[in-house]
Amino acid sequence: MLGKLTWAAIPWDQPIPLLAASFVVLTVLAVLGWALARGYLPYLWREWITSVDHKRIGVMYILLALLMLFRGFIDAVMIRSQQALAFQAPGYLPPEHYDQIFSAHGTIMIFFGAMPFVIGLMNFVVPLQLGVRDVAFPTLNSTSFWLTAAGALLVNVSLVVGEFARTGWLPYPPLSELSYSPGVGVDYYLWALEISGIGTLMTGINFVTTILKTRARGMNYMRMPMFCWTALSSNLLIVAAFPVLAATLAMLLLDRYLGFHFFTNTGGGNAMMFVNLIWAWGHPEVYILVLPAFGVFSEVISTFSRKPLFGYRSMVAATLFICLVSFMVWLHHFFTMGAGAEVNAAFGIATSIIAVGTGVKIYNWIFTMYGGRIRFRTPMLWSIAFIVTFVIGGMTGVLLAVPPADFQLHNSLFLVAHFHNVIIGGVLFGAFAGFIYWFPKAFGFRLDEAWGKAAFWFSISGFYVTFIPLYVAGLLGMTRRLQHYDVAEWRPWMLIAAFGVLLSFCALVAQVVQIVVSIRRREHLRDTTGDPWGGRSLEWATPSPPPTFNFAVLPDVEDAETYWRVKQRAIESQQLAPEPGYQPIEMPRNSPTGFITAFFATITGFALIWHIWWLVIIGLVAAYALFVWFAWRDVSEYVIPVEEVARIDRARRQARSAWLEARARESSA
Amino acid sequence: MPHKQQVSTTAGGRVRVGWCAGLTAGVTLAPGAAECSSSILQPAGPVAATERLVLLDALTIMLVIVVPTIIIALAFAWWFRASNRRARHLPDWDYSGQLELLVWSIPALVIFFLGGVIWLGSHTLDPARPLRTAGPRLEVQVVSLDWKWLFIYPSQGIASLNELVVPAGVPLHFTLTSASVMNVFFVPQLGSMIYVMHGMVTQLNLQADRTGEFYGESAQFSGDGFSDMHFVLRAVPAAAFTRWVEATHGGAPRLDRSAYGVLAVQSRNPAPTTWRSIDPDLFQAIVTQQLPPGPGPQSGRGSPAVHPQTRE
Amino acid sequence: MSSTGVLRGPPGGDPIDLGPGRDIAPPRGYASGHGRGGPASKRVVVGYGFWIFLLSDIIMFATLFAAYAVLADETAGGPHSQQLFHPGSVAVETACLLFSSFACGMATLAAQRRSQRWTQITLLVTGLLGAAFLLLEVREFASLVERGDGPTRSAFLSAFFTLVGCHGLHVTAGLLWLGTMMAQFFAKGFREDIRRRFLCFGLFWHTLDIIWVAIFNLVYLVGTTPYV
Repeated sequence: MLGKLTWAAIPWDQPIPLLAASFVVLTVLAVLGWALARGYLPYLWREWITSVDHKRIGVMYILLALLMLFRGFIDAVMIRSQQALAFQAPGYLPPEHYDQIFSAHGTIMIFFGAMPFVIGLMNFVVPLQLGVRDVAFPTLNSTSFWLTAAGALLVNVSLVVGEFARTGWLPYPPLSELSYSPGVGVDYYLWALEISGIGTLMTGINFVTTILKTRARGMNYMRMPMFCWTALSSNLLIVAAFPVLAATLAMLLLDRYLGFHFFTNTGGGNAMMFVNLIWAWGHPEVYILVLPAFGVFSEVISTFSRKPLFGYRSMVAATLFICLVSFMVWLHHFFTMGAGAEVNAAFGIATSIIAVGTGVKIYNWIFTMYGGRIRFRTPMLWSIAFIVTFVIGGMTGVLLAVPPADFQLHNSLFLVAHFHNVIIGGVLFGAFAGFIYWFPKAFGFRLDEAWGKAAFWFSISGFYVTFIPLYVAGLLGMTRRLQHYDVAEWRPWMLIAAFGVLLSFCALVAQVVQIVVSIRRREHLRDTTGDPWGGRSLEWATPSPPPTFNFAVLPDVEDAETYWRVKQRAIESQQLAPEPGYQPIEMPRNSPTGFITAFFATITGFALIWHIWWLVIIGLVAAYALFVWFAWRDVSEYVIPVEEVARIDRARRQARSAWLEARARESSA
Repeated sequence: MPHKQQVSTTAGGRVRVGWCAGLTAGVTLAPGAAECSSSILQPAGPVAATERLVLLDALTIMLVIVVPTIIIALAFAWWFRASNRRARHLPDWDYSGQLELLVWSIPALVIFFLGGVIWLGSHTLDPARPLRTAGPRLEVQVVSLDWKWLFIYPSQGIASLNELVVPAGVPLHFTLTSASVMNVFFVPQLGSMIYVMHGMVTQLNLQADRTGEFYGESAQFSGDGFSDMHFVLRAVPAAAFTRWVEATHGGAPRLDRSAYGVLAVQSRNPAPTTWRSIDPDLFQAIVTQQLPPGPGPQSGRGSPAVHPQTRE
Repeated sequence: MSSTGVLRGPPGGDPIDLGPGRDIAPPRGYASGHGRGGPASKRVVVGYGFWIFLLSDIIMFATLFAAYAVLADETAGGPHSQQLFHPGSVAVETACLLFSSFACGMATLAAQRRSQRWTQITLLVTGLLGAAFLLLEVREFASLVERGDGPTRSAFLSAFFTLVGCHGLHVTAGLLWLGTMMAQFFAKGFREDIRRRFLCFGLFWHTLDIIWVAIFNLVYLVGTTPYV
């Protein structure tokens, strides 16, 4: 009746997962209960869960990302502490559990931590920067978010019911095939990623269409902000790479569920093909993550240096170059598989060539700072730290791109240190910089600067103290994913790395305190004008937070950095541009489609994992019924009356006038 | 060289001989500890020595741009801080043709040099390429099992588990395969690693230039017993090697297909063992799947025998 | 999309009007999305987005084609493609699908002329031909499985069943969509948003045809060419 599901699926006999699961379940119930008791649920349903507003969806993505980063970080703490303890000793995590932890760590961090973070930033910022009201397909956007959340939910359910994959974050066959992984773990992984992968693919389609087909009047390609260019490249990569992931994981699912022989040891299956296909997705994936972060740095460095971005055209060229070449380097993830000298050399050279594009960007950022008046606010600190850290990480990457060096460093802790170097130094630093930079726009008040800086310094030191020892351990021959080891040489480095994780934990605490303190002091930190940093692009023209419709009248763009010019003109002439002619605005209606789709997707995924076939059929039928119900909708938009539009925009203009006057008084005083 | 064996208990409760455990725990990058190191920066063979050279060359080339880049990044950030009124203020400067040329050409030049290193290095150090040492190669067939390594010496007609004894100074030619899942054969101090995969054969050429014990491991995660997949490569003088082979012929059991079948079942921490008179077609039979691949887990949380069940 | 910010494309004429070239100043009120007039019209945006989706779907099929190419000779002692495929039945399937595409094109014209009767008839024909295609394909699969040459027999057969089966699944989804479109036209007439969806459906159906052409060539034609 319930397929493979029995009470034995809950880890009664394993204290650590049981405790963790209880903690999570109790916390979730407590939060839900609190929301229910305070009567927040109708508000949440109306304003957030069924919202198709890109700003709300962006905030929810980032909230999901922060939660999952926390979960992934706890996994990291367990990995580092296990490796610190398990020298000629079993440690406190048996292999069956430890293997799930490092697999979950990688999966969660990449798919449910980093991806939602950058997608959330793109969601919030891109339509504002393009001067439009929303993305091309708002309801699809909502569906994308909820499907991603569904995937995250499934992965976390595996902590409580059943187990997670024990194969690493990329489930290489034959280990991930049914004969060597007969449990439900790999199935949880596969279905969670197929479901959230559909969501991500839809995001890619949405943003490519938005950026290419819906921009404010006059905003041609060379007037688009750099963040939009990197968002475009990232989403083009999503559209091109995620289908490969979907197909590859589907083949593994067919092997596991229907006895196919794509990658099995018997029947002619080819495990090497999995490795090739998965990395054909996997390498573009890391650029999907890092390109939006590059975009954030372009915005932040330019704003806080009080200068336009240096070398805009070559930045665009470099971005597109990286986008294209990222598809030509995938073999560098398995030089040691024996492809032969020519093939290895060709891919090694291609990999080094990508470094040219990245190098150009680094230099352009450095020259953006040259001649500027730099203010060291927290986002700028993250950016400077990024430049230094990413250059080091990129260097070790180029070292690994030399096949003979990789022949000794593949899969070692040197590799682990390299990719954490570039992902943390690039993606995470960029995510945090963007988070702090755009937080006032989203919520109307800035984050506390002192705690932000504390979090920054703890993060930086935590990162270096954790990962430099891992570089050393890799050079000492230590391979990755060891649950215990006997080599005395490695031990001191594991201990230092564990201390580094402690520093990172302090950083996490500081981040949380930063948010709590900022909420408490929000009146003190209020952003009254909508432009707290002296921004240069269109999102700073709106009030903080922006109204649902973003702009009362869509802007007319005359050159790059439109908002900066408009602002300078206003400052020079000491007055705002004349009031525009307001008109009623049509906005898309909220819709529960996304949430309900994800609800049935989660049920279907869970049913597939546990072989509850009748529930699968119900889920699929419900999905089709939902599709038809949504298609039957007659009214998809609502109108905001012109008085409302005028009222909101006049308040904005008043705030700006006040700011102009205050500024004039200051400079004359 | 004689060394103390230390015995420790691991997760499975079995007794396992600790590798190189005569060394006290401590920081050991010093050359004096070379014999008990697994560092790739302390090569014990020509392949590892050349690879170290390649690594250091590539590192030097990269440092030549990376260090100045980091320095100017930090220098500009500091010098152009808002409070520094001495710094030039160029509020609209956002393009310079000369600088563009420079920032594209410097990385390109570096990549040019590096490309040469990559091309030459990939060819010279291709794992399948025989070493330049004169004299016949010692053939060793390697089979990775769950979770141990089987080493077959086809010419000597013996086999060994988790202990690879070889003569020092003699070029070694490995042909490798896996009985079950993917693994990677890796002896850090001797040089390159290579994947081992079921149904396929990979090749590797290595050599130990001096006698000693060298740490070996698997560098591809292969399941719950992965951490126990390390082994010892013992490089001994040629005469000692011959003696070891003869001793094995004298007393060890026979490795036939049924003994192999027992070996193929999942287990952790088997004690090093040797066999004599192996089935001469054993390796081929494994590769061509005349012998079935190693079976998966038979017990424990994830096995077919325990809920959650895998087959209804 | 706000009605104040969205400028509509030229009425009538080519429904996927790409607008004037880059050198010609666009007529007042026209938006192509390239920055000149502001965001593009809804029809252009929806059509463009759907094209991007189709490209991603083609990439997914490309992955399956690649797997098929790699595994084409891995027959594990079982039959090769030469022994399995019968050009006759495949030719009939192909004809069904191609004619259904033609019927779909006729349906597009009928919808443009706002003729409810002809739209429903041509869509019905499209659906019936598509269903015939599926029926023949299912028969082929069933007969292979009966003989013991199902997808679990060998890697080659796994790849074959997956590639052709995935196309078949897309056709099935397309038929469900088709039924929904017929119901929507019937219930709500030729409303703007329903015509946009029908545009997407047409693109989808024709793309499936193109993919079938690729399958037909690479799997069946190449597969039944005798070894030289």
